[in-house]
Amino acid sequence: MDRCDKLVDVGRRQFLRGGAIAAAATATAVALPAAPAKAAALARVDYPLNRLGNVADLKPNEPLDVAYPDENAPGVLLKLGTRVEGGAGPDGDIVGFSTICPHKGFPLNYVAADRTLNCPGHYSRFDCEAGGQQIWGQATQNLPQYALRVDEKGDIYAEGVDELLYGRLSNVL
Amino acid sequence: MAYKRNIDRLPIIPADAKKHNVTCHYCIVGCGYHAYTWPVNKQGGTDAAANAFGVNLAEQQPAETEAWYAPSMYNIVKQDGKDVHLVIKPDRGCVVNSGLGSVRGARMAENRRSDKTGTQQQRLSEPMVWRYGTWQPTSWADALDLVARVTTRVIDKDDEDDLFVSMFDHGGSAGGYENTWGTGKLYFGSMKVKNCRIHNRPAYNSEVHSTRDMGVDELNYAYEDYTLTDTIMLVGTNPLECQTNLFLNHMVPGMRNGAKVIIVDPRRTVTANACEVEAGADNVLHLAIKTGTDLALFNTLFTYIADQGWVDSDFIAASTLQGDVAVPLDEAHPAALGSFEMARAKCKMSLAEGASITGLSEADIVKAAEWIAKPKDDGSRRKCTTGYEKGIIWGNDNYRVIGALVNIGLATGNIGREGGGVCRLGGHQEGYFRPSDAHVGRPAPYVDQLIIGGQGKVHHIWANDHYKTTLNATEFKREYNRRTNMVKDAMDAHAGSSREELVDAIVGAINAGGLFSVNVDIIHSQIGQAAHVILPAVESGEMNLTSMNGERRLRLVEKYMDGPGNAKPDCLIAAAIAQNLERVLREEGRDAYADQFKGYDWKTEEDAFMDGYNSGNPEVTYDRLRAMGNNGVQEPVVGFENGQLVGTKRLYTDGKFTRHGREDGKALFCGGEWRGLQAPGKAYQRDNFAFLINNGRANVIWQNWFLDKANDFVSDRFPIPFIEINPDDMAELGVKAGDLVEVFNDVGATQALVYPTPTARRKETFMVFGAPNGAQGNIVNAGTNELILPNYKHTWANIRKISDAPASAADLSFKSMEYSAG
Ligand code: SF4
Repeated sequence: MDRCDKLVDVGRRQFLRGGAIAAAATATAVALPAAPAKAAALARVDYPLNRLGNVADLKPNEPLDVAYPDENAPGVLLKLGTRVEGGAGPDGDIVGFSTICPHKGFPLNYVAADRTLNCPGHYSRFDCEAGGQQIWGQATQNLPQYALRVDEKGDIYAEGVDELLYGRLSNVL
Repeated sequence: MAYKRNIDRLPIIPADAKKHNVTCHYCIVGCGYHAYTWPVNKQGGTDAAANAFGVNLAEQQPAETEAWYAPSMYNIVKQDGKDVHLVIKPDRGCVVNSGLGSVRGARMAENRRSDKTGTQQQRLSEPMVWRYGTWQPTSWADALDLVARVTTRVIDKDDEDDLFVSMFDHGGSAGGYENTWGTGKLYFGSMKVKNCRIHNRPAYNSEVHSTRDMGVDELNYAYEDYTLTDTIMLVGTNPLECQTNLFLNHMVPGMRNGAKVIIVDPRRTVTANACEVEAGADNVLHLAIKTGTDLALFNTLFTYIADQGWVDSDFIAASTLQGDVAVPLDEAHPAALGSFEMARAKCKMSLAEGASITGLSEADIVKAAEWIAKPKDDGSRRKCTTGYEKGIIWGNDNYRVIGALVNIGLATGNIGREGGGVCRLGGHQEGYFRPSDAHVGRPAPYVDQLIIGGQGKVHHIWANDHYKTTLNATEFKREYNRRTNMVKDAMDAHAGSSREELVDAIVGAINAGGLFSVNVDIIHSQIGQAAHVILPAVESGEMNLTSMNGERRLRLVEKYMDGPGNAKPDCLIAAAIAQNLERVLREEGRDAYADQFKGYDWKTEEDAFMDGYNSGNPEVTYDRLRAMGNNGVQEPVVGFENGQLVGTKRLYTDGKFTRHGREDGKALFCGGEWRGLQAPGKAYQRDNFAFLINNGRANVIWQNWFLDKANDFVSDRFPIPFIEINPDDMAELGVKAGDLVEVFNDVGATQALVYPTPTARRKETFMVFGAPNGAQGNIVNAGTNELILPNYKHTWANIRKISDAPASAADLSFKSMEYSAG
């Protein structure tokens, strides 16, 4: 149980400003903003339809770093290995989450042993198998989850987020 | 699926929004927030010049930014009758929380009543009177006339014992100096009501008699002491969940400065885990004692520390009583109080005895003693800050246990010094200013048992819900329902009759054993289901309200929104009751008695504040408090200089102890020897039922559960109170995660949802206290500690399955609540 002070410091230094996120984002291939000009007229923001990866890129219970809806919003894709509500893909087990804690914006770390995302800032924990439900913590919302769609080629697309992302008053900036 | 708001953007606070000082009213920590309001048809923009933060909001903001707020921090409410946007977000400039919000406080905005967004529709907005078989809305004049006419029939000058009163004594929430004064002036000034009780216990008494009798106020330090100390000792408390930002913003920095942590708790909590994460497991000593053996532990530590000579002899000589016994053991003092040597003799307990009673190893007790008191290698004294709360307050042998803990603080010179303090961590904020309660007596009457026994005729209730937070609750509810139903029946039988006939009918039912119940609250509570008159109150932010936190920090919460409908501040409701009593008494020709109810011509809560708190603290006014902002001033306030109120960072820095009222300023030690489970009936339950039903609060559902039962985010996580059970016990009981179980014993039964907890010891469960749908108090027996302090913690019961997981629990997470770095 090694306290990960460094991670906090890394979070503080690099949070959405430094190279770590941008590097992760480059792995996510094409980003196709959909009809950005119309967003202002709609009640909900208009999300881009982004390809985040392919089913073939995912190994069971190994997080794949992605970013959505833009490169400044880090997240993960996970193939859980068991079907979950809201899971995408042929096995209904692919989920995607923001990895910025909705409490204070620290980067979450994935604990494969119990499939949770954990915040080193104030110990909040989110259950990747239960729609990002906060198991325990100080955030006042459950973890923003991606609406995912997998096409016949196995490409995984995100087309929305179900909670406000930390650090932005509009999910699409 | 977990609850999601599907909110993907929020209105931006414009640069010219109104900004109000707010102290979170949910717990004792009292974190600073700001409430921003602006007209509903206006909004700010992403340009730096167009928003309140002066930053470009078209960019992602970094961690810990001030320029972000969660959907839970937003609402649309009424202000001066008009719809306004409301954002309540943590204040980085407040030294208490430095910008941190908690899972409770950061939902303040969402937990306001809104007719636009539909939140908290459960809030009461009109007075209501029992009529035609239900509660009908009515005017204040009509409701208060009925209250006054029935009440004056059972009270008389110098004879007010048939009026029973349950009234909060705290700050925060809907409490605070204004409201404790309003109710206090009515019941302890105009009247001398003796049969009264406080919101969380069945009598009107201190929860910490012994520390006060020893001369030591229970809130004697400053939060910064946690960052200045060598050792943090946490006893019967779980601050990460119950005083969150005290833990995160003061204790964690203390650990990062090198403080070690001692935790005394039979249960492993998330606090213990977080301390291990922060300080390293080697620097955390969790003393998982046998439940209820705290006194044996503290007496052993006290003996060992004294035997080693690790005491502060100069402090003992200068600041504590010399001689022998100063206050003998008697009915009002469950242990003798006196000198250090007297206490040493009384409390003497060897390591072997202490280890055998507590179930700890001698080595761990020695280690704790060293961490508390062993001088450092260079000979300098170690500093230790001690925090305690309900584990011992509502545990075994309250008086002696708290006394024994304060003994250690006094013996080691750890009170009144930097990096010291022996303090309650607290529940609500404080905000007590009332006329003397000396007429109540000591021990105070055990009001809930008197009600069960048929006493009392009229019951005025101020934001108390006995149904959820009393002991022996099964029997209490049965009797209370029966007695109040007698009055409802009489009222139903006189539907349509005149006021005079109705009052006669009610008094007839009362004299036959019924009880007339008047309920002042912000929601229609569970005990409120038995009420005949319901009066709607407002809470913090819907009125100006002053309270002090756990380091005595006094702040003014500025009113930022209207209360619901016709709801009013409690102080003004109390004033209106007094005025109605005066009017009716005069009509009845009882002028001398009526004169006692003069002096309530307050127009605002500020008038009540000036009439009460200001009369004892003439330096303190609303204007001056407003100017002190969210950092306020630490009580006692000792002056006003250069435009600032001057406060007191920590008490007793001069080594003079005064809380007991002794003129010599000498602290007393407590000579209380170990005597097993003290409250009646506890040993019987322990010996006859299989499971300890330890109980307390949880992070999300803390003492604002009455609001959160109407909060989707919270109800989604814990739709039903949980009970933590070891998986091996679960297997024996044949229950799975999420199953509903009945918890039952000799005094009652309740229910809970099974939460598998591998860290729970076998046969030791933990249940959430104060739940709206599963009251733990149902199974707590009537036996109290001396001075009528409930021992909720020591309850034993059997457990059986009621049903498989209900639909609301079908997709809950049942994973460990402990943070893991992976
Ligand atoms: S720690 Fe207490 S005072 Fe602070 S925000 Fe949370 S509930 Fe409010």
